[in-house]
Amino acid sequence: MTTITKDPPAAAHKMPQRSNRGRRRAKLRDVRIALLFILPAMIGLVAFCLVPTIRGVYLSFTEYSILGEPKWVGVDNYTAIFKDELFWNAMAVTIQYVAINIVFQIVIALGLALLMHRVAKSAFVRGALLLPFLVANVIVALLWFWMLDYQIGIVNEIISWLGLPRVAFFGSEQWAIPTIAFVNVWRHMGYTALLIFAGLQAIPHHVYEVASLDGASPTRTFWSITMPLLRPVLALVLVVTVIGSFQVFDTVAVTTGGGPVNATRVIQMYIYQKAFGESDFGYASALSVILFVILALVAFIQMKFLKGNESDLD
Amino acid sequence: MKKTLGAVAAAAAIAISLSACSGGSTSTEAKGEINYWLWDANQLPAYQHCAADFTKANPDIKVKITQRGWGDYWTTLTNGFVAGNAPDVFADHLSKYPEFASKKQLLALDDAVAKDHVDLSIYNKGLADLWVGQDGKRYGLPKDWDTVGLFYNKAMTDAAGITAEQMAKLDWNPKDGGSYEKTIAHLTVDKNGKRGDEAGFDKNNVAVYGLGLESSGSGQGQTQWSFLTATTGWTHTDKNPWGTKFNYDDPKFQDTIAWWAGLADKGYMPKLETTVGASMQDNFGAGKAAINSQGDWTTGQYTGYKGIQTGIAPTPTGPDGKRASMFNGLADSIWAGTKNPAGATKWVEYLASSACQDVVASKGVVFPAIKSSTAKAAAAFKAKGVDVTAFTQQVEDETTFLFPIADKAAKVDGIMNPAMDAVVSGKAPASSLTQANEKVNALFK
Repeated sequence: MTTITKDPPAAAHKMPQRSNRGRRRAKLRDVRIALLFILPAMIGLVAFCLVPTIRGVYLSFTEYSILGEPKWVGVDNYTAIFKDELFWNAMAVTIQYVAINIVFQIVIALGLALLMHRVAKSAFVRGALLLPFLVANVIVALLWFWMLDYQIGIVNEIISWLGLPRVAFFGSEQWAIPTIAFVNVWRHMGYTALLIFAGLQAIPHHVYEVASLDGASPTRTFWSITMPLLRPVLALVLVVTVIGSFQVFDTVAVTTGGGPVNATRVIQMYIYQKAFGESDFGYASALSVILFVILALVAFIQMKFLKGNESDLD
Repeated sequence: MKKTLGAVAAAAAIAISLSACSGGSTSTEAKGEINYWLWDANQLPAYQHCAADFTKANPDIKVKITQRGWGDYWTTLTNGFVAGNAPDVFADHLSKYPEFASKKQLLALDDAVAKDHVDLSIYNKGLADLWVGQDGKRYGLPKDWDTVGLFYNKAMTDAAGITAEQMAKLDWNPKDGGSYEKTIAHLTVDKNGKRGDEAGFDKNNVAVYGLGLESSGSGQGQTQWSFLTATTGWTHTDKNPWGTKFNYDDPKFQDTIAWWAGLADKGYMPKLETTVGASMQDNFGAGKAAINSQGDWTTGQYTGYKGIQTGIAPTPTGPDGKRASMFNGLADSIWAGTKNPAGATKWVEYLASSACQDVVASKGVVFPAIKSSTAKAAAAFKAKGVDVTAFTQQVEDETTFLFPIADKAAKVDGIMNPAMDAVVSGKAPASSLTQANEKVNALFK
């Protein structure tokens, strides 16, 4: 932080608004035209986001089995969730997954991004890093499910060939969540690295020149220039990956299905089971609303704390 | 020009999809297309044969059959109910139909049965009554039935010096497991070739397990443990069908589960964690287990593994000196929202008639519900070189008990599956099932 001088406050850039009648009329016309252009997107937003969200919030106050009509029950679902051990278990499991996933994903992606920036300049290598992300989630999950199979998986064959005991990657309670987190780190690290890589390219070269003139070591340059200037991108990556990993579902659904016992019953899996397994759509909606609130809070705190909406480059 | 073409194409597409939606408008006449779903791919050819025969006899009705795997079948079906595009007729299961019936998704068949004089006495005992709901209405006509038996690898029993007669006369009790456990132990072989009942057996390095493990069996244990618990006099619920109190707190049940889970500790059965993603049948086919308890519908798979001679033994006799097997009966149900109730009824009646069930019997994959067709199926199995007496014997000797039918089956499963997993994987004692039982019973209060 210390080597960078901050620009004067952003307010200086803003033009003072003058209220002049002619301009206002012109502005009104602009608004109409703008609305016309926004309309198609608005229809999509209202039909596919807003209405389902509001309906979901409404359903969370009802008892609804999808067949038949919803019955208003007030906050019963929420009080039941508060006392639901499986909900708290799902939250704990999800947070465990998010923690493992985020730490590994960001650290590995940052390393890859630096390699892409400094060493691997060929488009082929850079493209190859993205390959896992181009494969569908379910395929990736099934692929690893087979490779990590206890009896016939290639990984366990190698482990047993090395003379070590086989590991029930998806079957044991200790291994299941780390394994699922690992599978998703593997899939997403290339994509996250690409985002960070874009951030690295946005850092002007001259600051590095100045640093090297001042005789700063590579480590010092990394911590004092790269990291602070990368902060907005890292904040964005963090918000996106945290929200994304809170919503982990497909990998769990096609591999463990929430087991063994309750070890991988992440919140989205629990919502799915309540809704589509037990036809308890009201309860599942309430769980979804809680997840929504948690994610909104997490995103808000992260943006606030990391000042993700302002850059040190200004 | 391009624009108009696009618009015309879009309009045409909409028109086509609209007409597809309204294709079968409600009619009282039996004609049009009937959509029929089932989940077992092994039975698909038999029912395609039935459908062709049916259309030959009723040229106005075409039957379109769709097969979906068990996992997707029920969610797709429920979504179909909601979206209004569920199949007219579908293969139904005892654990699912109570909920469908209580949500008014099934067409009651009483009128049709009375009007068309469907003879319900031709089916094996009890099968037709399983499909009478809590409201006294009939929601399905019997299709086929199943019982449980022991599939075993003949080469392994021969090598261990166990004869087919011995396999057919196993006895079991929850204390020491009887000759059933002794046989399982003897058939277990570790990496050094030591058997499970020999000194120096290494239970952590087992090459062949005496007994295979599919899953913990959740709250029903149809093929996993119900054939054992029933011999102790234990029942799943206070009454069947429509029980409202479950008995998972009964020591008779818990002792049996503790004994069974103990097999994994002794190294005679794989650990539960190794079964995730694995197929018990394929492990049997790969020579990793000597005995598998499974339902008769898997006979084709077990006898189809190359290079493996499979024998089928009946389940062991219990403390009461008798065998037991869950008796599950499937049926075909009609969706209440069908646009063609007359045609659907005709098809269901045909499926439940000996004309179709004899065809199914001739393929030798499952046992049809009609008594005379059952005999034909046994003969068809025999012609393939498979002796299925282990399954039919239970019906003849009346040692079967009915599948526990209860409301809220999905919620019971949601509680019992993790609870049973915890016990079978050794993470919790069998006594922890008492707590699960309280939760289950609270659902019915």
